[in-house]
Amino acid sequence: MFKDITLGQYYQTDSLLHRLDPRVKIVGTLVYIISLFVVDTFAGYFVCLLFLAAMICLSNVPVGYIVRGMRAILILLLITMSFNLFLTPGEVLVRIGFLKITREGLIFSLKMAIRLSLLVIGSSLMTLTTTPNQLTDAIESLLNPLKRFRVPVHEIAMMMSIALRFIPILMEETDKIMKAQIARGADFESKNLIKKMKSLVPLLVPLFISAFRRANDLAMAMEARCYRGGVGRTKMKPLIYEGRDQAAYMLLVAYFAICVLLRFLRLPFLI
Amino acid sequence: MQAARLSGKAFDGMGIKLENVSYIYEVGTAMQTAALEDVSLEIPENQFIGLIGHTGSGKSTLVQLLNGLLKPTEGRVLYNGKNIHEQDYDKRALRAEVGLVFQYPEHQLFEADVLSDVMFGPRNLGLDEAACKKSAVEALTSVGIGEEYFKTSPFDLSGGQKRRVAIAGVLAMHPKILILDEPTAGLDPRGRDEILGLISEMKQKMSMTIILVSHSMDDVARYVERIIVMGHGKKIFDDEPRRVFRHYRELEDLGLSAPQITYILQELKEKGLDLETDALTVAEAADEIIRKLGGPDR
Repeated sequence: MFKDITLGQYYQTDSLLHRLDPRVKIVGTLVYIISLFVVDTFAGYFVCLLFLAAMICLSNVPVGYIVRGMRAILILLLITMSFNLFLTPGEVLVRIGFLKITREGLIFSLKMAIRLSLLVIGSSLMTLTTTPNQLTDAIESLLNPLKRFRVPVHEIAMMMSIALRFIPILMEETDKIMKAQIARGADFESKNLIKKMKSLVPLLVPLFISAFRRANDLAMAMEARCYRGGVGRTKMKPLIYEGRDQAAYMLLVAYFAICVLLRFLRLPFLI
Repeated sequence: MQAARLSGKAFDGMGIKLENVSYIYEVGTAMQTAALEDVSLEIPENQFIGLIGHTGSGKSTLVQLLNGLLKPTEGRVLYNGKNIHEQDYDKRALRAEVGLVFQYPEHQLFEADVLSDVMFGPRNLGLDEAACKKSAVEALTSVGIGEEYFKTSPFDLSGGQKRRVAIAGVLAMHPKILILDEPTAGLDPRGRDEILGLISEMKQKMSMTIILVSHSMDDVARYVERIIVMGHGKKIFDDEPRRVFRHYRELEDLGLSAPQITYILQELKEKGLDLETDALTVAEAADEIIRKLGGPDR
């Protein structure tokens, strides 16, 4: 039932992007997101698109797989677009009843759509090529300076990795319980809102119980292995920068410089 | 028809029929895998069937096809001669007649007390309150849960009791065909014998078809009258237990094994004792050995 959600799920394959240090990928994603807000011209977005396309090529993740994940945000995209399209004041192009499409609205909504799509694809590319464990390791390492201010960085990272690890488990569990209740005649497809909410009880109660049971088991297993938080804890796979990671950082700097240039040069032929 | 020959029950169109059914997970992605390939089956009324297969053999997929939880990628599933995936087919009525008890069914319990949990199924069928209660009480009694537990929270019961309550939850819908997916998983030997004994008792009393899904031949051998062996998404054997166990070498290739007693008899035969190796229980085997050795009749 949840098999269609591909957005942000790890895609198992081998590629340069998969092997890259996860810290580079997090920083890279942040830089990319900022760059999307730095540039404000179609030419600029074209550069962003090229950069993303190059990354997708390097990631070995099928384009179809990524695009299918986009279906999840399609509605959000349409709503944003139509608001901007109809509600931006300016030079009127078309008028349908009380709705009017302006030149500014058209350009702005197009830009918004491009920006949003690139943003979602860009950030999902990170999670597609990075396992949740790598991701939290990287966050822990990047947030390390905050330890000086008594921020429990390790604990936060551990909670994140457990939460991420539990998503597929709970989805599978939901699917199983749902099927079991359907087999007992439950109806999850009712159009009636009250009936629909009521029908969730036989799903949510067992789901919560199972989540608590799993949490209990996990805590027990961690204690049994003497888990005592992050103090003095070493890693099996410590994060070490290699040549390709440094090269990736250089590339990011270059890319960001181009984006900034595109913004402030204000070339006359760019809209 | 192999299956039809079994115990003289001809398949008369009543019950479930699978025609060349295939089921493929994640069609069109890199993870595409065939869980079932071209399986044809007939499940008549009032038969005790064991469905055996190693993990990943497709048995769990197969049972979900039987009550329409999954739709086959190819092929048809017929119940009483009607295609269950036709537009206007009443799936809920089907699910009442083809009851499915999942693995670890106690994980689906949710109500405040045992009785109302068991009443959930009948209620979904639209029965009135009194009828729901009657069905629930009957079902609970037949799985050996006494009245003193009716108002207890299902979460306060022991593991074995929870499982019996969960089974009662499906039983209360009066299925004609009851499928139990690994009903003994995670139980200790005593709990296992209790559940299996209960199931075979139900079979005798209620004259329905029971499909017992398991990976253990020892569990099912002494109860069922027909065994379907699944391997790599295909139906490998479909016959009475004795005939299936003759293929014990092939069963091993599928990661399964015949009951332990088959091995002992086979080995005795190889060592030169000329006996029938078809015994299903220890008692039968003992009789056979004593007979061959010329001992007194028991």
